[in-house]
Amino acid sequence: MATTALRPAVRQRTTLYEWLTTTDHKKIGILYTISSFVFLAVGGLLALGVRTELAQPGLQFFSEATYNQLFTMHASVMIFWVIIPFLAGLGNYIVPLQIGAADMAFPRINALSFWMIPFSGLVVMSGFFLGGAADAGWTAYPPLSSIKYSPGPGMNLWIVALILIGTSSILGAVNFLVTIFRMRAPGMTLFRMPIMVWTIIVTSVLVLMGTPVLTSALMMLFIDRNFGGSFFDPATGGSAILWQNIFWFYSHPAVYIMVLPGMGAISEIIPVFSRKPLFGYKAFIFATAGIGALGFSVWAHHMFTTGSVFLPFFSIMTFFIGVPTGVKMFNWIATMWRGQITFKTPMLFAVGFLSMFLIGGINGVFSAPVPVDYAIHATYWVVAHIHYVLFGGSFLAIMAGFYYWFPKMSGKMLDEGLGKLHFVLVMIGLNLTFLPMHTLGLLGMPRRIADYSPTAGWNDLNLAATAGGFIVGISLLPLLWNIYISLRNGKAAGNDPWEGNTLEWATSSPPPAWNFDRLPAITSERPLFDARHGRSGSDHA
Amino acid sequence: MSLASADHGVVEHDAGAHGATGAHKGLGNPVLGMLLFIVSEIMFFGGLFAAYFSLRTATGTWPPAGNGAFLLHDEVLFPGIMTSLLVLSSITCQFAVWRIRRGDRKGMNRALLMTVLLGAIFLIGQAYDYTQLGFGIADGVFGSTYFILTGFHGAHVLGGVLMLSVCLYRGGLGQFSAQHHDMVEATSIYWHFVDVVWVLLFSLLYII
Repeated sequence: MATTALRPAVRQRTTLYEWLTTTDHKKIGILYTISSFVFLAVGGLLALGVRTELAQPGLQFFSEATYNQLFTMHASVMIFWVIIPFLAGLGNYIVPLQIGAADMAFPRINALSFWMIPFSGLVVMSGFFLGGAADAGWTAYPPLSSIKYSPGPGMNLWIVALILIGTSSILGAVNFLVTIFRMRAPGMTLFRMPIMVWTIIVTSVLVLMGTPVLTSALMMLFIDRNFGGSFFDPATGGSAILWQNIFWFYSHPAVYIMVLPGMGAISEIIPVFSRKPLFGYKAFIFATAGIGALGFSVWAHHMFTTGSVFLPFFSIMTFFIGVPTGVKMFNWIATMWRGQITFKTPMLFAVGFLSMFLIGGINGVFSAPVPVDYAIHATYWVVAHIHYVLFGGSFLAIMAGFYYWFPKMSGKMLDEGLGKLHFVLVMIGLNLTFLPMHTLGLLGMPRRIADYSPTAGWNDLNLAATAGGFIVGISLLPLLWNIYISLRNGKAAGNDPWEGNTLEWATSSPPPAWNFDRLPAITSERPLFDARHGRSGSDHA
Repeated sequence: MSLASADHGVVEHDAGAHGATGAHKGLGNPVLGMLLFIVSEIMFFGGLFAAYFSLRTATGTWPPAGNGAFLLHDEVLFPGIMTSLLVLSSITCQFAVWRIRRGDRKGMNRALLMTVLLGAIFLIGQAYDYTQLGFGIADGVFGSTYFILTGFHGAHVLGGVLMLSVCLYRGGLGQFSAQHHDMVEATSIYWHFVDVVWVLLFSLLYII
């Protein structure tokens, strides 16, 4: 229109426009968090659909075909659109602050990385409205994921969305690594960096080396489905096992991508609320790097029953990878030992993480010996394991980090009472849901079934798991209410409500766009502790 | 010690904070970013190569018997010429970097123009070669692996030509100098990577 050209070029930007076009790592970090909460609601509802169907034997609510879509999309959404972006969002917000930088190295690529997430999420969800979402499980094994057995558009949309979100992760990893290696404040040497930053380094390396391999597999699957390729079809010379090898080459390291930054958050929280330095700072770093390196040598433990992998190697490596995690457990417990512990909500979630992740570790190592794995492969035991690791581990760590850094992000304190209610509900709910699954697995209940025999003896345990699932769902309500009332009239946080150790607490809450007006001297891994206690740092520089 | 936020990055990392790469100041952020991105590219092609080797060793005879078009050993000449053009383009690309490091903008633009042209000729040649092949992507594991490898390589060449064209355009506007040419450095690294992948691919698909 003619009139628009006459308007002055510079206009007052609205808040919405500001958020949609921001390249500020803090705003992008908050956008990641909001997006993750939205997808958490989606993934949670899908999970409740699965649990509702399984509450009783027989098919009550969904057909088998719909049920396949529910569990496939539940896993995909939770892994790729909730846990990974949640951690990337925390990293986005915290890492530049913790190393004393003004922003990420590539702010516009950072914005691109974020916006690919809601976009790809819409692509993958659109399958529900276009004739059926992806339904071959999140592992998408051929031939289940072939055009013959999954003919709908859902699988194609799923492949496209996963390639997009993988690209988002890769760009994010490059951004994190350049930021951390090139933009640290003076004095912030590598071995003075907070553990959170170290875990983001190792995670980024895993993303950089694992995610593109998944992309290559997805490309091959796409060609197989749509252009008559023969990669995974034995009838034309391909190999279905090839998919499993390439898929797990990414997807096992992905487990560490999903938990290492959470461990980083825990390692920030436990020292602060125990009033002690982290026990074994360097041991923790080397354990993290060890997990990263070993993470690429255990992928075939998902494939013991295929009969085409070298069992002794992958079995022994699976035992080995428990060792660095054990080192970390020891570090955390030794940090708390004889500390002056205060159980604020972040600390409660951190301790919840320790106990739940311990169960997830133990029931995981159970699966390392080949004969045991043969017995429990693809049963509910595995479902219990993955949920103790990803929900009891990653998600509780994310919640711990969220409660810990919310005052920094918003400038407001969350309510402690509601936080504790959230913690109690989620602990009851998650154990009621996933503890019975161990027994169900040992009783032989296979995963990914919509129906089971009423005489199999699985009825009560399934009902308990369903009840627990709904308690988990309800547990999020106090959290959301807490966020709402705290943003409206929460107590002002001040710069450093927890008496933290690391640089993010040296600036205002929320920090200004440029992050820091001044930085304290950085002469150890706890610059704020040093500043508070008047240590110049010259004695141990 | 306290520092104004706008300066603290500069104290230690003069080059990094401004995105410029001097000869002796270490890698600029864009160059380091490109190197890391290439790590992910290596893993992407690594996945494709792994599939190729896995399927090739699982197939008794290679190329699979029954289709004379699979005998690519007999048609090395044309792709061989294309390969030499691509290798030549890597050399011209490096000349562009050497020129701008010495502040020679005209020399850089000339070398970039040659690189873009050689890259475009390679793409046209590959498209022509595709029309001459007697098999398609749906022709068993041989066709699938051939087209996914060369196809994704071709997509990377196209991406490289586009990046080089942007360099050329910005070079024409005089935006690069001996101190500020990180984009040329980063693009040249990418172009060399794409070139190396092609040499591996050519050896694998046509000779070995």
